[in-house]
This record gives sequence, C-alpha cells and structure tokens, in this order.
Amino acid sequence: MSAVTADFSLPFSLPRYAGTVAVLAIAYLIVPFVGTSYLFEAILLPFLALSLAGVGLNLLTGYAGQVSLGSAAFMAVGAFAAYNFNLRVDGLPLLVSIVLAGLSAAVIGIVFGLPSLRLRGFYLAVSTLAAQFFVQWALTKFSWFSNDSASGVIDAPVLSLAGISFEGPVGRYFFALTIVAVLTFLSYRLVSSQTGRNFIAVRDNETAARIIGVPVLRTKLLAFAISSFIIGVAGVIWAFAYLRTVEPAGFNLDRSFQILFIVIIGGLASIRGAFFGAALIVVFPLILSRLGAFLLGDVFDSGVLDMTQRIVLGALIILFLILEPDGLVSLWDRLRSRVTAAIRRA
Amino acid sequence: MSASNFLLANLGAEVAIPPDIREHLALHGERLEHDRAVPRPDEPVALELRGIDLSFGGVVALQGVDLAVRHGEIRAIIGPNGAGKSSLINVISGVYRPDRGHVAIDGRAYRPVPTQKLARLGVARTFQNLALFKGLSVLDNVAAGRAYVGRSNFLSQIAGLPRARREQADARERAGRIIDFLHLTPYADRLAGTLPYGLQKRVELARALAAEPRILLLDEPMAGMTATEKNELADYVRLARDEYAITVVLIEHDIGVVMGLSDRIAVLDYGRKIADGTPQEIASDQRVIDAYLGVPPENEDGEGI
Repeated sequence: MSAVTADFSLPFSLPRYAGTVAVLAIAYLIVPFVGTSYLFEAILLPFLALSLAGVGLNLLTGYAGQVSLGSAAFMAVGAFAAYNFNLRVDGLPLLVSIVLAGLSAAVIGIVFGLPSLRLRGFYLAVSTLAAQFFVQWALTKFSWFSNDSASGVIDAPVLSLAGISFEGPVGRYFFALTIVAVLTFLSYRLVSSQTGRNFIAVRDNETAARIIGVPVLRTKLLAFAISSFIIGVAGVIWAFAYLRTVEPAGFNLDRSFQILFIVIIGGLASIRGAFFGAALIVVFPLILSRLGAFLLGDVFDSGVLDMTQRIVLGALIILFLILEPDGLVSLWDRLRSRVTAAIRRA
Repeated sequence: MSASNFLLANLGAEVAIPPDIREHLALHGERLEHDRAVPRPDEPVALELRGIDLSFGGVVALQGVDLAVRHGEIRAIIGPNGAGKSSLINVISGVYRPDRGHVAIDGRAYRPVPTQKLARLGVARTFQNLALFKGLSVLDNVAAGRAYVGRSNFLSQIAGLPRARREQADARERAGRIIDFLHLTPYADRLAGTLPYGLQKRVELARALAAEPRILLLDEPMAGMTATEKNELADYVRLARDEYAITVVLIEHDIGVVMGLSDRIAVLDYGRKIADGTPQEIASDQRVIDAYLGVPPENEDGEGI
C-alpha cells in the first residue's frame, strides 16, 4: 500500500525511503533555523499534532474500515492522562507518562470499540459518539482530572526527554517532530505487516476474512487500541507542545470531525495522506483569512472568516468525495508521475 | 484410457512434473473425464452432512439433506436457482447455522461449523460473489490464505522479530508457488480489485489453495465466465486436486463442465436432494431431467450469496 514517502521522485532511481529521509532532513536541519516563531506556533505544531491524530484515525478508518467520531475524546484522554501521570507520580520520566497516556487512550478505545463487534458503518460512527460525549462529560464533571482547577484548564509541564529539555517554540517543535516521526514510522511498519493486511482484509470483506482464519474480533479491537494509542499521544502533543493550556471543551466534536476530514481529504488508507490532509486543514484557514482581509478589508472580520471557512471546507469535502475519493495523496501521485514523465521526455 | 492420459498418470506417480508441464499435458491430452480413477467406494468419508434442515423465517432453504463426500473426490452440487446449493456451502462453512442435522468434517460432527476455526479444520472456500480483498495485491490476497497459521503478534511484526519474519516469508513463498501454479505470476503485484472478473475468480481459488486445505468448497467458481475460461478453470481445479490431494465440493450451473469435471454429482431441487451419483447416472435420471436439465438456462448472476 502507500508508502510513507512524500518525495519528489527523480527520474533516476532512488531508494524508496529517499523522499522520507529528505523531508526529515529538511524538518530537522533546515526548518529550525529558518522558521519564525509564528511558523512553529501557528502552523507546524498544530500540523504535527493533527497529522499524528490523522495517522491514528487512518489506521482505524482507512485500513481497518471502522468509522469513528470519537477521535477528539481519545486525544483528550491522552492529554489529561499524561498531565495526571506527570503530576501525581513523582519522578516519572515524561516519556513514560506519554506512553502511559497512550495506553490509557488505548484502553478507552477498546471499551468504545466493543460496539464495532456488532455494528458497522453509520451505526458504529454514532456509537463512537458516545466516547466523545462521555469523555468530555467525565473530564468536566470530575475536577480531579484537572487537579481541581476551577475552569478545568490544565497547564503543560516542562518538556524534557532523556535529560534534554525542550523549551521555546523550536524546542517544542523538535519534541513534537520526534514523537510524530517515530510513531509514523511504527505505523508504517504496522500497515505493511501481517496485522496491517488483516486490517485491510476485515475492511474489504469481513466474512471472507473470518473464513480464512483472520481473528476478526481481535483484529477490530486491536485496530481500536492502536489507533487510540496514537491519537492519545497526538493529544499529548496538542496539549503539551502546541497549546500548553487546554480544557476539555477544546476536544469537542468539531475536533473529531476535523480529524475525520483530514483523513478523507488526505486519502483513506494512506499514511502520507494524513500529513497532506493536516497540512490543508491547518494552512487553509490562514490563507483564507489573509486572502479575505486582502480582498475585502474590514468587512472580513472573524465572524465572517469562521463562516467562510466552514462553507469552503464543506464544499471542498464534497468535491473531494466526488472527484477524488482517494484524496490529496492520489492527486499528488498523479501529478508526480506526470512531472516525472515530462522530465523523462525532455 | 488415451495414451497421453496414461502417460500423465504414470509420470505423476513417479516424478514431480512442473505444474505448467502437467497442465500442458492435461490440456493436450484428452480432457480427462471418467476413465480417470473415480475414488474407490472404500475411500474414507472426508465430509458428511446428515439431515440438514435450514430455513429463513418461513422459507425453507434445505430440508433433510444428506451428503457424503469421499477423500479425493470432486463432488458437484447442481440444481436450479434457489435450490439451496449456496446455502449448503454456507452451512458447511459455518456461515449459516442449520436448524437440524450436523456437518461432520473428518469424522467430527459440528453444528454449527465454527467459522473462525474452519481453516484450521482444513476447509477452505471461495464465494459465489467475489470476496477478494480489493485493497491488497494479488500476492497479499493469496498470502492472506495463510492467516490462520500466524502466531506472531503485532509488536513482534512491527519490530521485525525472527518469528514474524519467518512467518511472513513462509506465507509469501507458499503464496508465490500457488500463484505460479495458477499462472497468475504476471499479476502478482496488481491490486486484486483492478483485475478482470475471470482472473479475480482464479485469485480466489489461489487464496483458498494457499491455506492448503483438505477440503475445498467452490461456490460457482465459473459463474459469469466464457466457455474457454470455464474449461481453463476446470483444468486448474482438477490439477489442484491431483497435485494437493484435496477433496473438492463444487457448485456449478454449467452442466457440461460439471459432467466432465466431477466424480459424483448431487442434485438439489427446492432444498431437497433428489439424486446423487456418477455423472452418467445423473444424466439419465428422470427426476433430474425434469427438475433441472429440462429447463432453459437461468440468469446466473441474478441470485445472492
């Protein structure tokens, strides 16, 4: 299936991972030195967190075929779990808190994934809404989760991994980038393994999968667990590296839909797709607001901007579903093969 | 027995002939048929159905169906549309739970047959409507037939631990051999969903064979194929039986293909078995002629699973 490469393929042959290495090299070696604080705070950090959430949801929805509208809930579980592990267990390394947060999200994911053993499609999507509402309610209702803060807001701790502390926008960017890169790599390993192929088998034909001996129930729950783990860690990045202070209301249904749109627009069952989708979702409102302010001046206030965003985004999604169901990633691949062909001819 | 058949049979007994040459011989020899050894009546029974009743609401799909299939036999089940043929396969594979009666696989009785353990029991099947994994390559589809063997968990697969790698290599190698055997090599890396219908049917056969079953259930493997494709597939089925010593239960509409391919034939009509015997016996059975052979061809694609 789709590789993780997001590269400009050259007409002569390069190893398949060359593009990925190039992107990572730029991300680690060039971006930190040329980027402005605005680039990190407003674009790259949310992009990384949402990309990772998109990768997580794509494992569940794109690969294993189980629709979920609870992504934001799993992000919230991750964020609040990491906060509490870090707060309440003295001397627990941040990395361990993050892994435990992912595992907490995975457990919640399995619980809310149980209906998938009976339900499919829309019905499953509706049942995952339960996760969305329940988690948000629990985090608001029990102030223990936010250490009895009056507004339910939590503040991120100092980020340090293995003795290195990540401060400032650039530091937090490194922190997020490293976690995203590692988990994306592991996801790529997963989808190209037997388990990943079992996901696709369950998605494409559940009965046939059961008959050839794929453990369908276990595979579905595993998909929920792994997906929620990754989305939970994405929640930690969202809370600790990007926003620094979050409240349960920040992880509402809108966020779940946003992640689903990332997956649909980027391309289902494609790990690269999550990054394309997240880039569009993050950059598009900024472009729109600049463009609006430039064209319409003062009329284009934040209310109008918000509404325009929704309208244009809605239109985009409809267009994608009709014209390019395989998402940005297939658009990109076609463009690339055309460019490569043109270069070859020249 | 024709000379080339004789040659083939003798060679097959002594030396391993590459599958493509065998196939070549089979195609050019007289198309086999009943002079080839019908499994002797004393072969043990591989699969037995006893008194199977199945109904959906008030609609009776199967009524008191008995069937005994011997080891190494190619057993066809024929009958008009709606006669209950696919239901029978679905009962054998555990997709449907019969109201009464049981299915015995290698002497052990089940009701219903545990679908999840089917592959481990040595049973593989294909579907009337294509049931391939469209998003996987042909090779991965066929390798998926080995899913029931896997013991490694996802963590060891991500980490690429020796056991996971061994399992993967083994599945791919066996899948590769089956793909060669069914002449699918040029398509091994194509997504299964992009292949033409006839090839997809063959990929499904390959996936079933990859499980190395002792009993193979084929639900209309030739539906919607041209005559040439049908004969080709019939040859593959026969070769697979000879090569891997499997028992085949086959549903097919095309009476000509069935007559040439099967050792014995059971005829269903309105959920009951009305005849059971060698192709010659079936061809001369008046009830069968009335129920089935006398009616014009049916709309083959018009019925569901």
